[in-house]
Amino acid sequence: MDYLTLLQVLDSTVRLATPLLLACLAGLFSERAGIFDIGLEGKMLLAAFFSAAVAYLTGSVWLGLLAGIGSSMVLAGLHGLASITFRGNQLISGVAINFLAAGMTVLIAQDWFKQGGRTPSLIGGARFEPITLPLADTLHPVPVIGPLYHDLISGHTILVYVAFLCVPATWWVLYRTRFGLRLRAVGENPAAVDTAGVSVVGLRYAAVAICGILCGIAGAYLATALQAGFVKDMTAGRGYIALAALIFAKWRPWYALSSTLLFGLLQAVALRYQNIDLGGVVIPVQVMDALPYILTVVILAGFVGKAIPPRAGGEPYVKER
Amino acid sequence: MTSPAIELKGISKAFGPVQANKDISIAVQPGTIHGIIGENGAGKSTLMSILYGFYKADAGEIFIKGQKTAIPDSQAAIAAGIGMVFQHFKLVQNFTVLENIVLGAEDGALLRPSLGKARRELRRLEQEYELHVDPDALIENLSVGHQQRVEILKALYRQANILILDEPTGVLTPTEADQLFRILARLREEGKTIILITHKLREIMDITDTVSVMRRGEMTATVKTAETSPEQLAELMVGRKVLLRVEKAPARPGKTVLEVEDLQVTDDSGVERLKGISLNIRAGEILGIAGVAGNGQSELLEVLGGVSAAQGTIRVNGAEIDLTGKHSDGQSRRARGIAHVPEDRQSEGLIMDFQAWENVGFGYHHDPAYQKNALFMDNAALRADTARKMEKFDVRPPDPSLPAKNFSGGNQQKIVVAREIECNPDLLLVGQPTRGVDIGAIEFIHKQIIALRDEGKAILLVSVELDEIMSLSDRIAVMFDGMIMGERLPEDTNAQELGLLMAGVANGGAA
Repeated sequence: MDYLTLLQVLDSTVRLATPLLLACLAGLFSERAGIFDIGLEGKMLLAAFFSAAVAYLTGSVWLGLLAGIGSSMVLAGLHGLASITFRGNQLISGVAINFLAAGMTVLIAQDWFKQGGRTPSLIGGARFEPITLPLADTLHPVPVIGPLYHDLISGHTILVYVAFLCVPATWWVLYRTRFGLRLRAVGENPAAVDTAGVSVVGLRYAAVAICGILCGIAGAYLATALQAGFVKDMTAGRGYIALAALIFAKWRPWYALSSTLLFGLLQAVALRYQNIDLGGVVIPVQVMDALPYILTVVILAGFVGKAIPPRAGGEPYVKER
Repeated sequence: MTSPAIELKGISKAFGPVQANKDISIAVQPGTIHGIIGENGAGKSTLMSILYGFYKADAGEIFIKGQKTAIPDSQAAIAAGIGMVFQHFKLVQNFTVLENIVLGAEDGALLRPSLGKARRELRRLEQEYELHVDPDALIENLSVGHQQRVEILKALYRQANILILDEPTGVLTPTEADQLFRILARLREEGKTIILITHKLREIMDITDTVSVMRRGEMTATVKTAETSPEQLAELMVGRKVLLRVEKAPARPGKTVLEVEDLQVTDDSGVERLKGISLNIRAGEILGIAGVAGNGQSELLEVLGGVSAAQGTIRVNGAEIDLTGKHSDGQSRRARGIAHVPEDRQSEGLIMDFQAWENVGFGYHHDPAYQKNALFMDNAALRADTARKMEKFDVRPPDPSLPAKNFSGGNQQKIVVAREIECNPDLLLVGQPTRGVDIGAIEFIHKQIIALRDEGKAILLVSVELDEIMSLSDRIAVMFDGMIMGERLPEDTNAQELGLLMAGVANGGAA
């Protein structure tokens, strides 16, 4: 494999890791506050559809992004209502959201656009365009560093840069602010937060709302940046991979970056090398596609240390005397 | 006269038909320790929850320093200078001490200044009240006693002038409890007002200035501690005369029932839990095992009860019993005449969602008395038998169809004790028989254990309550770090000597 091919694979890794990273950080906020969320997939899917639909109808990708975030937050609110206010089962609520999104997107897409459950292709201002960073073209001829800067670091859409900046931002919020301290506490021992005179419900809704925003950006990225339009089930399990990455990352922001990059790399390799030929033994593409999931099982089986989830995760908070 | 630090007037609170608090009035003077004592379910915790804004009282008023104050939530309670140390700590396990103290009392949106200020403040509080704790330690690495200090520091950091402690010694070792009392005395010197909720008479007598007694939601009396006696308080609590001292005739030991030789247990993580225990118990004798929790007593009970495996020799009535093979289980142990009242009735003694009669049947499903035919059990017989046992052991209410969780702690324990004693064992293993049990039930359970001894049975009693060990046992063995440090006769020893043995100091002298 030459240098240029390597850069191409890594470039594709970054593109594919971006939605995973956003969804993973979304899950991180929610689960750190004690709300398990397997509805990441559904929120992304709904956001993908509405961002594409609104971008197509208005011609503005920014309005599309807003619509995506808004729709994702509606689902997040639903999840909050079910699991925080009504203290329902968080897994069931998440599954319901996934079903709801899977059905609703196709239904509305068919009703609006009559193209078999997809949106028309987005063109021009209805899509996020790659940004060329300053000096990218000037530096291109410089050996090694030039192509690295031009091909890998430059030339992504704004959402990719936003996603990667979300990592230090999340770390800072979580570990350096009052909000972060309370958020982490509410996922570990809500009773401690409650008796300290801070609202458990308020904190958890805030976390779920942040989760909604990030899932919304992830969904919009899929439909308006990575691809040009919405197609049925376009999230393709990314919400679940993000959850696996979250466990792999032990609910920490920087680890989330590395784990989503790893999963992104696996997807990039699977995409580029459909069938890998290892001295006569052909590894079919299905194996590559399944690799992230196999990896997750291996990780969860305990080969890579122990992943301890937030202690109060999944438990509705009921005041005790 | 100055106005009271805190005064309650006519507080009432009902949960459905249950009147948890009825017209409660107390006034606590500043700079004093006020005890509130009562049996489980007397309404102490409800009253304190009202004070801390967890519940809203149906009627009544709260005055702080003479000012009428409404406490709708915990925030208002904190603002009014009330700090609460709950029985189950409200700490975040994987946070540092500092983070736990700052949580909810931060000075701004950024953490760094808050943590810095808290660190300085903590240093000052440490000096002022002699409350030493490492600010950077993780809570999960601290002992229970230190975690409790963090709770106290949390309240002080929030400038609490009134500190409420709910059953603070329930989880502490005797040494830790003494340290806590020194801290409380120190806080009183500095002018803080302390409300101590407990059901332990000794603590009330030791440290409080005044004491209020609650019974069935009502405040039955408020007296100066110096002018009362444990007997009088017990009577006020229970509503009748209670015998605080266990009355028993001298033991008349017979032949040896249990012989244990060189018993060793290594747990799953390779830690030696029992390091060669040898002991024996004769018929008509109670051997008490004293020790701080976690020094191998639980493992000893489990091995004897057939719950876990071990190396060594155990003989019951002269015949060796299987310690590792397929006859090493509770069923086989019962067949050999060993009955077992486990240490934790809620997780080991009972299934909380099952009805009383089902719980009474556990372990005795194969008893011929409960068989209808080859296929079915005779549930009616089991129910009738349960009703009889509940009657005999004064379980209230005596309803065999009530789920175990609906009984009070004392009555749950009576169900377990009834099941185990009524099968007429040769050897009874009893772990923490009166943990979380009210005074009336303690008296009853103690009487039953003594009665069983007088019938000529051998009894192994494990308890972390030194008073209980000293008053019930005919011989006392002290365990420390998986070994027996020494054996004493209760009449020849005292709490100080046993305390030293419990701390691992052999022969009560130099280590």
